[in-house]
Amino acid sequence: MSVDMSMSILIVDDYKTMLRIIRNLLKQLGFENVDEASDGAQALQKLRQKPYGLVISDWNMEPMTGLQLLKEVRADTKLQSLPFIMITAESKKENVIAAKEAGVNNYIVKPFNADTLKGKMSAVLGQF
Amino acid sequence: MTSEPDHAAAAVDAARREADTPLDREAMVALVTEIVGSLDGEIAGGDLKIYAELESLAKDIRAARAEIAALRPDEIQSRDIPTATDELDAVVGATEKATGEILDAAEQIQTIAEGLDKEIRDPLVTHATNIFEACNFQDITGQRITKVVRTLKHIESRIDGLVEALGEDLSAHLSPSSEGADSASAPPAAAAADSGAEPAGESGGDPDRGLLHGPQNPDQAIDQDEIDRLLAEFD
Repeated sequence: MSVDMSMSILIVDDYKTMLRIIRNLLKQLGFENVDEASDGAQALQKLRQKPYGLVISDWNMEPMTGLQLLKEVRADTKLQSLPFIMITAESKKENVIAAKEAGVNNYIVKPFNADTLKGKMSAVLGQF
Repeated sequence: MTSEPDHAAAAVDAARREADTPLDREAMVALVTEIVGSLDGEIAGGDLKIYAELESLAKDIRAARAEIAALRPDEIQSRDIPTATDELDAVVGATEKATGEILDAAEQIQTIAEGLDKEIRDPLVTHATNIFEACNFQDITGQRITKVVRTLKHIESRIDGLVEALGEDLSAHLSPSSEGADSASAPPAAAAADSGAEPAGESGGDPDRGLLHGPQNPDQAIDQDEIDRLLAEFD
């Protein structure tokens, strides 16, 4: 399976700095088409306007959390198969389980590095 | 037929009349039994014990309230916690700003690297990536500090209740000396500075005494230019 390096990726975080870090790391990995959203509700709106190849989302956001966003995505017939990676400081076992049960494809704990990001993306999308 | 209280009064009168002569043990027992017996139907011996216990408990509660009031929870609520949360908010703000500047620089390095030969570009890109990765700290520390601030606000709300419950005790604690002398409630360093005491670390005791209070919050601070102007006025 080859990865479309020109696909659009939506990154979701309420911390602008974090969005910037993820965007730059994705750029290092060769992904230039990156859009941003600051919470789940805004992300859902963007996901319904344009096709994306991957969502990378934080968990703790208001008014809609990353977990709620994931559930909305999985409940939407047009979006339900969209690859979804959660990036969060929430490393409690129950949170990981909750995300997995909600249909997350992979889970990255902050702080993370470019290798981890690449590894998890490869596990979800295929090697690139 | 005389009532029981009349009996008791008569017994006491008799005792007074005989006050010059110490009562023997039996007479004393009889007197006490009569007095306690006269209370039957109104206040029983058991009730007296309960009242004594309640009174003791009330004393303990008064003492505890006074001790809590002495801790000045009103100051913790009105000054200490807001100051602590402001300081922590300032930490988040300052690290966020600094991280933004570090990211600006890393992005610049990355942009410059793109136009260079591979052997120079690759290590530069690697270093820029390391910088991006290292900047993760800001999100983590920010979230941790936010948690601490939330905890402080929770404590503040509990202290609100305490301050309300202790209203009069706190007023009683505002003695003229503590109201008038700011140094009594000022932070140790300020008190030391006000009193002309020697700086911290030079005379033992409180190690924080005489220390500066650390960075000012931006809204309370003066910037370097203002400091320079201020110093120039002394020249």
